[in-house]
Amino acid sequence: MLNKKDNKKSFISLISVALFLVLVIVLDQVIKPTDKMSMLLTVLQKGSVYALAAVSMNLLNGFTGLFSLGHAGFMLIGAYTYAIFSIPAAARDTVYQYYDAVVRISFPEVFGNAMGGFGTVLGVTLSVILAGLAAALLAYLIGLPVLRLKSDYLAIATLGFAEIIRAVFQWSKLGPVTNGSNLLKSFTRTSSFRLVVGGKTITLATFVPVLIATVSIIVIVLLVNSTYGRAFKAIRDDEVAAEAMGIGLAKHKMISFVVSSFFAGVSGATMAMVLSIAQASNFKAAMTYEILLMVVLGGIGSITGSIIGSLLFVAASEWWLRGLDSGSFLGINAPTIFRNGFRLVVFSVIIMIVVLFFRKGIMGDRELPDVIAGWKKKLAKKKEVASK
Amino acid sequence: MKKVLSLILALVMALSLVACGGNGGSADGEKVVKIGVFEPQSGDNGAGGKQEILGMQYANQETPTVEIGGETYKVELVMADNASSNDKAPTAAQTLISSGVSLVLGSYGSGVSIAAGDTFLAAGVPAIGVTCTNPQVTSDCEAYFRICFLDPFQGTVLANYAKSDLKASKAYCLAKQGDDYSGGLCNYFIKAFGEANCVYEQFPEGTSDYSTYITNAKNQGCDVFFAPVSTEAAAQIIAKADTQALGMPILAGDTWDSNVILEAAKGTDVQVCVTTFYQEGANAAFDSGIKAWINGDSTALANNGGNDELAAVTVMGYDAYYVALEALKMAGSIEPSAVMSVLPNLVYTGVTGEIKFDSIGDAVRDSAVVKSCNTETGKWDFVTVATAG
Amino acid sequence: MNVMHTVLPYIISGISVGGQYALIAIGYTMVYGILRLINFAHGDVFMVAGLMMVYMAASMPLYIAIPLMIVLTVLLGFAIERVAYKPLRTAPRMSVMISAIGVSYLLQNLALYITGGLNKNYPTIPWISDRITVLGMETTRVTVITPFLTIALVIALVLLINHTKIGMAMRAVSVDFDTAQLMGIKINNVISATFIIGTFLAAIGSMLFFTSFPGIVPTSGGMPGLKAFVAAVFGGIGSIPGAVIGAFIIGICESIIKGLDTILIVSGSITDQIGFATFSDAFTFILLIVILVFKPTGLFGEKTTDKV
Repeated sequence: MLNKKDNKKSFISLISVALFLVLVIVLDQVIKPTDKMSMLLTVLQKGSVYALAAVSMNLLNGFTGLFSLGHAGFMLIGAYTYAIFSIPAAARDTVYQYYDAVVRISFPEVFGNAMGGFGTVLGVTLSVILAGLAAALLAYLIGLPVLRLKSDYLAIATLGFAEIIRAVFQWSKLGPVTNGSNLLKSFTRTSSFRLVVGGKTITLATFVPVLIATVSIIVIVLLVNSTYGRAFKAIRDDEVAAEAMGIGLAKHKMISFVVSSFFAGVSGATMAMVLSIAQASNFKAAMTYEILLMVVLGGIGSITGSIIGSLLFVAASEWWLRGLDSGSFLGINAPTIFRNGFRLVVFSVIIMIVVLFFRKGIMGDRELPDVIAGWKKKLAKKKEVASK
Repeated sequence: MKKVLSLILALVMALSLVACGGNGGSADGEKVVKIGVFEPQSGDNGAGGKQEILGMQYANQETPTVEIGGETYKVELVMADNASSNDKAPTAAQTLISSGVSLVLGSYGSGVSIAAGDTFLAAGVPAIGVTCTNPQVTSDCEAYFRICFLDPFQGTVLANYAKSDLKASKAYCLAKQGDDYSGGLCNYFIKAFGEANCVYEQFPEGTSDYSTYITNAKNQGCDVFFAPVSTEAAAQIIAKADTQALGMPILAGDTWDSNVILEAAKGTDVQVCVTTFYQEGANAAFDSGIKAWINGDSTALANNGGNDELAAVTVMGYDAYYVALEALKMAGSIEPSAVMSVLPNLVYTGVTGEIKFDSIGDAVRDSAVVKSCNTETGKWDFVTVATAG
Repeated sequence: MNVMHTVLPYIISGISVGGQYALIAIGYTMVYGILRLINFAHGDVFMVAGLMMVYMAASMPLYIAIPLMIVLTVLLGFAIERVAYKPLRTAPRMSVMISAIGVSYLLQNLALYITGGLNKNYPTIPWISDRITVLGMETTRVTVITPFLTIALVIALVLLINHTKIGMAMRAVSVDFDTAQLMGIKINNVISATFIIGTFLAAIGSMLFFTSFPGIVPTSGGMPGLKAFVAAVFGGIGSIPGAVIGAFIIGICESIIKGLDTILIVSGSITDQIGFATFSDAFTFILLIVILVFKPTGLFGEKTTDKV
């Protein structure tokens, strides 16, 4: 009985996700980059990157109770791995302008030449998965010493590792691999995803990052709803009790850490695709803080919350609140107040209000389908009352 | 919680309405052409970016309209702050594109221009680099043109100057990590100066302690200090060079042609030499005009660092604006694609000399002005006009 | 002799930076000792102290600006505790830490707005920024003064903690928060006092730090703040002498790493640059992880036991 209800719910969720993806494809065709609404596409692209990053962080911080601040480091590894393995041979030497590049293979190009359009997709997928694996491998190595640490020590140690990773990637001696501290670019990016069907070009610039994020998040949802997920929550709620119940602490913490880092790596790769560049200096601790604030905004322990939180965060900072920076907002014209940086001040005040007064964030630890079901029930009750 | 949710949703709706409905066309039916200004207004290069914008603003109030295809258009400058950061650059570029600009000017700092190149190219909007000197800005992006000289040229000029005029035999080169401007310029300087005679170091972002680099240069027995870094870092390097008695001349590129440097070096015994685009006094009418404007506008004065000393980037910004108008006139249309197609054939003579583009989109320029800082008066002294030969 | 002459400038500047980190680290270690909270905003308070000085020195003489800056910084530290941490006293530790990150974000963005994102130059404070020659090396007076001033302040602080009533209360609260409360200690007053002392030292530290390195940007507080926190962990969190020693070690190591290429080249060990300077910040964190793995309580920390 209960199972049937759950099945129905997940079926509806899947349908709405599919509809959303179709909508994204349509939007991609309708909105031109020179349109005013093109900011919507930017928000969707960046939003999906951050949504995936936030959900993967939530898996660790919200579902397993491991307060880790190393996310930017894993995203960096993902972005670099993706970029390094996707720069076409012809562009390799201009990108590595001061070094003699060591890695000279580009998966999208190799497969693309062999199998055409399908090959390119395969190559990109391979690079993205490799990006995740690289991040996961490093997470495993870091996790061995670090996961034994308790709450804030864990936070500061992971933060430290992220900084170390950043320094290593900027080291000039590794230049032949990482291009030193310089920009990586010219790799397969979102704007290169186009289909030509019967002479008409279909752009998939927004669809691809949204799809990557969607698939990844679905995998995370499945993990959270499995026995592993229940073990994670048990560890979060009470480590000692969980251990007494026979849950292997070290093993489960490690699984959560590695999986979370894998998807952080994937989101880093997607970020490289969206921005069309990758550079180590962008992946600072501030990026981790921002992702953490998105998680808090959406509600720690809610996956849909993290998605909503990051979409709101990106939309507000990139689009809606822009006016606060450029002179006029909501029709109020006050260039002396609304100048550069005001948007971020307003934004951080909102976040402080959420942190202090709405500690549960937008969704608390519930998920959107449950919330909607709750609304329906309430509505039905109201109707009942009204009919009486 | 539900209340909060609905409140937020309502807010979202309201905001998206504002975002869509806001900034409509000009009310009185007058035709407007928009020029995007893609410049850093905050971050490391914020001060330099503001000075570059000043030139455009002055030019804009001097010539606020343009004749395109027989009709008079009002020119509107649309600003976007790329925050001197490569990861903010593509979004800032997208903001400009979505506001319907016909072409884009900027940026100060090469990294942001390289980072945004793909975005401009994908949208088919041409961009004219004003003072971004790294070769990659144009070589990798068909939508990018530029009106300044390039680093291979500038690096060679500086290296020749160091060798023949300053009689230097060992150079200390300092760049910022991951910065395409200082890194690129150092690279070409080292190539021309001889790799064996150079010590090359990079400082990480967020560095505040430059004293170690001064010590390093002294310890390694260098006799010229080449540091083409941002003006923010420059001011501190000069201060440290003074207190630690560096004892060798400091050499830098066009970014250092700024009143920030003059102020930092004034009253010290540090010798500073730069290569740049323009020497104040080359065009007296222009100089007095823009100085009067800067002094008459408190915001402009503040953006220029509190005095009316002209930075070369301001003059370049001024020329860039007129190049943009020329391109619009030639295109006879405000369509970005039309503007892009006429740029390769454009010729314009501005206050910094004749501007035309080669096949890559770079300006054909073969001379640079070398200036040195007079630490007593706090002004630039003209040294020579150098060519690569 | 030649090597010594090469290395000496790095050590002297390292000791000076270390002293400045020490003054920030004390704030971290005291707050952590009592609240078990990493006050991520502490580094930003330090940055704000610097900015206040920039703006006040422009409009009033220094002998008013300096004390006023210190008072305002202390008030800021006090206010942050009351507004952002006190309401969360019963909340999980993660929430308080998130609140601290939120405050840090807010302070940085406020600074970004007020300065317009541009670099601000710290005013020159006469006498301490004079150029002097020590052991045949040109430097500023502040470099030499900092370690002595730091040690003097630390001694005063240790005396305060060991010999006054509020100091005793602080020790009691850091040993056992709940019991101290039951014994009639006014917890909120003790916590406020901790924040006041911590920010006071950070304000002095900011004056010394920014006189040495006069450029202030909104993110100026971040790195020194993190390093000072690492120093506190390294020395054993909760221990004031530990934090100070940790800070000096980190300051000296950092300075030597920046010059390591040069030192090795001059001494003839290597001929090419290796690029150690890239790791000057990262080294601090390597040190942190090593200490956390091998001696999680730090050099002078007390052993803690987990209570179920």
